[in-house]
Amino acid sequence: MLELNVSTLVFFIFAVLSIGGALGVVISRNLIHGALFLIVSLFGGAGLFVLLAAPFMAAVQVLVYIGAIAILIIFAVMLTRSMTNIREIFNRQWWISAVAAVILLAVLVVGVVLPIWGPNGTQSEMVLSETTATVQDLGVALVDGNQYVLPFEVASLLLTAAMVGAIVIARDNE
Amino acid sequence: MVPLWMYLVVSAAVFCIGVYGVLARRNAVAILMSVELMLNAVNINLLAFWRYVAPQNMAGQAFAAFVFVVAAAEAAVGLAIVIAVYRNRRSVIVEDVNLLRG
Amino acid sequence: MDLSAFFSNPNNLAWLIPIGPLLAFATITLITNKAKMVPGTSSEYTDHNHPAYPGIDVPMVANWSRAASVIVGLVGIGAAWLISLIVIGQATGLHELGHDILASSITWMDTGAGGFSLGTMVDPLTAAMLFMVPLACTMIFIYAVGYMAKDPRQARFFSMIALFAGAMLTLVVADNLLLLFVGWEVMGLCSYLLIGFWFEKESAYKAAVKAFITTRIADVIMLLGIAYLYAATGTLSFREIVYNTEVLEGLAAMPAIILPGLSAASLIAIFLIIGTVGKSAQFPLHVWLPDAMEGPTPVSAMIHAAAMVSAGIYMLIRMYPLLQAGGDAHHGVFTPPLLFMAIVGSITAIFAATIAVAQNDVKKVLAYSTISQLGFMVAALGIGAYVAAAFHLLTHAFFKALLFMASGAVIHGMEHGEHHVHAHGHGHDDEHDEVHVHTPALTAHAESAHHEGEHGDAHDTHNAHGAHDAGHDDAHHFDPQDMMNMGGLRRTMPVTFITFLIGGLSLSGLPFITAGFFSKDEILADAWYGITHGYGPHALVFILLALAAFLTAFYTMRQLGLTFWGEARSEAAKHANLGKGLVSFTMTLPLIVLAFFAVVAGYIGVHPDLPIFGAIFSPNGNPFHHFIGPTLAEEPGSIPFDWMPVLTSIAVGLGGLACGYLLYWRKPLVAGQRDPLIGILGEQMHTTLKNKYYIDAIYAAVFVRPALWFSKNVAYEFIDKGIIDGFLHLLARVFTWLGDFIKTLNMWLIDGVGDGIPELIARFGFWLRGIQSGRVQQYMLIITFVLLVLILIFALSTGVMQAAP
Repeated sequence: MLELNVSTLVFFIFAVLSIGGALGVVISRNLIHGALFLIVSLFGGAGLFVLLAAPFMAAVQVLVYIGAIAILIIFAVMLTRSMTNIREIFNRQWWISAVAAVILLAVLVVGVVLPIWGPNGTQSEMVLSETTATVQDLGVALVDGNQYVLPFEVASLLLTAAMVGAIVIARDNE
Repeated sequence: MVPLWMYLVVSAAVFCIGVYGVLARRNAVAILMSVELMLNAVNINLLAFWRYVAPQNMAGQAFAAFVFVVAAAEAAVGLAIVIAVYRNRRSVIVEDVNLLRG
Repeated sequence: MDLSAFFSNPNNLAWLIPIGPLLAFATITLITNKAKMVPGTSSEYTDHNHPAYPGIDVPMVANWSRAASVIVGLVGIGAAWLISLIVIGQATGLHELGHDILASSITWMDTGAGGFSLGTMVDPLTAAMLFMVPLACTMIFIYAVGYMAKDPRQARFFSMIALFAGAMLTLVVADNLLLLFVGWEVMGLCSYLLIGFWFEKESAYKAAVKAFITTRIADVIMLLGIAYLYAATGTLSFREIVYNTEVLEGLAAMPAIILPGLSAASLIAIFLIIGTVGKSAQFPLHVWLPDAMEGPTPVSAMIHAAAMVSAGIYMLIRMYPLLQAGGDAHHGVFTPPLLFMAIVGSITAIFAATIAVAQNDVKKVLAYSTISQLGFMVAALGIGAYVAAAFHLLTHAFFKALLFMASGAVIHGMEHGEHHVHAHGHGHDDEHDEVHVHTPALTAHAESAHHEGEHGDAHDTHNAHGAHDAGHDDAHHFDPQDMMNMGGLRRTMPVTFITFLIGGLSLSGLPFITAGFFSKDEILADAWYGITHGYGPHALVFILLALAAFLTAFYTMRQLGLTFWGEARSEAAKHANLGKGLVSFTMTLPLIVLAFFAVVAGYIGVHPDLPIFGAIFSPNGNPFHHFIGPTLAEEPGSIPFDWMPVLTSIAVGLGGLACGYLLYWRKPLVAGQRDPLIGILGEQMHTTLKNKYYIDAIYAAVFVRPALWFSKNVAYEFIDKGIIDGFLHLLARVFTWLGDFIKTLNMWLIDGVGDGIPELIARFGFWLRGIQSGRVQQYMLIITFVLLVLILIFALSTGVMQAAP
């Protein structure tokens, strides 16, 4: 079923990056390390986007997520510096949280994903279509009055509000 | 091509790791990073379904784009709050922020 | 109801007779008896019947109240007298009074089987009583105006004697035993109130209680008799019982429910007689009457002459056919009640007469004399001398009332004499006739005016000798009623002397010229008649009554001699005087009126065959006999004339008077001399008589002390404090315990629950708050789990995930 070719290999590499990076974020004591692991995970995600024929998304992931957000996080770590290395990194409920996360994963995978889309699932026969939409189509969709212009405008409002809010919250009170 | 379910499993794994991080980390910034992981996992999920189910329909990508926006806004505001809280309480340990304690 | 039409019917007039005094009673009690306050030691208030109350003010009758009450009282009794005379006129106008009567009656209570009625009846006996009673009462009222003129409670006195007169008149006009009994009992109450009128004196209130209780014992038995009579016949009306031969024969034939040897009539009669034994002071219930002298003299006159004791005799005369039912005294067939009366009456007569000869108190002599004379009347009824008993009742009322009031005047005079002595110091008799120099204001007065004026002023100067008096009283208490302190009063109180003499001679039965002679003679005549026919009880009665008559004359002469004849034996007696003015006038007028009747009242009952007097007064037969006779359904026959009883009466009367004269008049006693009677009788006998055969002491030991012991130790200590109070205390303790228990229960249970539930909820709430830790990650954890559950549910329910093998 699974052909062993280049795309599969690439997939596995980026999958490992994603998951491994994620683990690293959650486990690292040093928050700078955590931020760097986050960058790794995001990078893995970008790779997976490329494999999923959404190159624009990958670019946005790198530019926005890694370039802006991850950097922002590093700034925040810097600004809250004195607290990073001293104490416990996990709180009192880490055990239960682990259990919850594992069970959640189990349920999701075994209960939802595999029965439907797994090899023996109900919709296992997925014919992968060759023709996909392009970036132009995305651009048109975002401004087309019949499509997604409204969410687009709302999103921009959201960004404006978030920007203003962040400035207001984070600034020094004289 | 890799079957859909593998992408879904990856996304689920990253999501659950993000969940663990949100629930178990003490540092607020670490929690925010875990939230970014969760959002990233959602994006992977969305785009995987887009590609395999309806690649002609832009809904998937558009949705993913909006998720990016929201993630960005939320990260900005969240970190602003963390900094503000840090300024007031000298602490970014979320356990210490329990003024709503009943 | 149209009153004028109602009262123009002569049958209904009799209702008005008792109304007058009863209205007077109500008016005085409610309206005119008003007091003013005087200091408790003032001379207006204090005298030997009223103790001083130092430091406080006491009420005494206001002057206007005194006048108003007296007037209301006199108007009330005067109205009764006037209407009585009218009613007597109406009654005698009837063709055959006795067979026909004036009657009026209304239903009082309807009990379904018969019922009780109120009514009046005027028959010959009633008419005779209506002549005597209101007259005597009016005289007594007038007398009381003067006698009680200085008493601080005169208005109250008049209200009570008005009630008393009203009750007596009710009794007289009553047409049934129940109404009679009502009057009887009210008089009993009034006797208590009036004997104890000076209630601040211990002797007075004790005497009042004694009188009431003694008569009460008799009244209870009398009520039993009345009840049995009602049960046996269904009626209490006189007309239906004593005027009705069938009813009487029926009662005589019926055996009594207890003591089956007697007939019903006899049993009822004996119970009624016992009532009279109490009310009219026969032996052995006579003990209250001498003590009743504690009351003011008008009371004694009223109770013991005109009203109360007469009521007992009147009732027996009224019920005579019942007493005689089944027998006939004139023919020697004696029923048990008749025998009972004959024995009790004659024993009482002689018994009381023997005591009277040894008494030194002027009123006590009269008290025992009354008991003795009542014994005469009861004995007369016992031997069937119906008319004679009624006759003696009437004449006795006149002269006994006269005697009591005259003795009251004597006592009043003696008290004035005592004050006079105190006001001027002792050993003063030499300057008695001169103008006194002690109090300049009085120097110019003549002696009699001096006495009168001093009568008011003496009280003030009397108190100036307060300490002096105290010392004097402690040394020896001067008794103004003791005959040994009197003597020579004929000079200073002439009117009193004459009237007292007339009354006394009438009592003694001075032949032919006094009323008492004729009435007593008639009783003896009846008794002699029975002796000639060989009836035993008649003989007993004759002998004992003759002896009693002898003693009566003797002690009366003794009394007169000690009081009026000879020389004064004490300072007070020398100055005894009633003074002049309204007081003495109101006291002497009644004496004169009654003295008149004491002489002439006898002439209505003269035996037609008596030489000279019979021809003058009874040409057509004995008027009184013919008048009273028809009261009975079967008229009593007249007794034929016999010289023996007349001679006996003359002998005992004159004999007794002569003995008294010899001992007390020929050589009157001087101060400090011993009573010559002691020498004759012997010291022991005289002391026994003086102490009334020690009967009071016997009663006290046998009845009074055990009753008091029982009352204190059993009724009070054991039953009242022990059982009743003990039970109540027990109840109290039980309920207190119960209350404490409930309180504890309340605290535990209710408060426990009531406080526990909120506390439980609070604790639960407090615990529940722990959920809200303020830690966001905890919330999110919970969300995650819930999410898990939901996903599981979704997965399972849509069949996506099979329930795992």
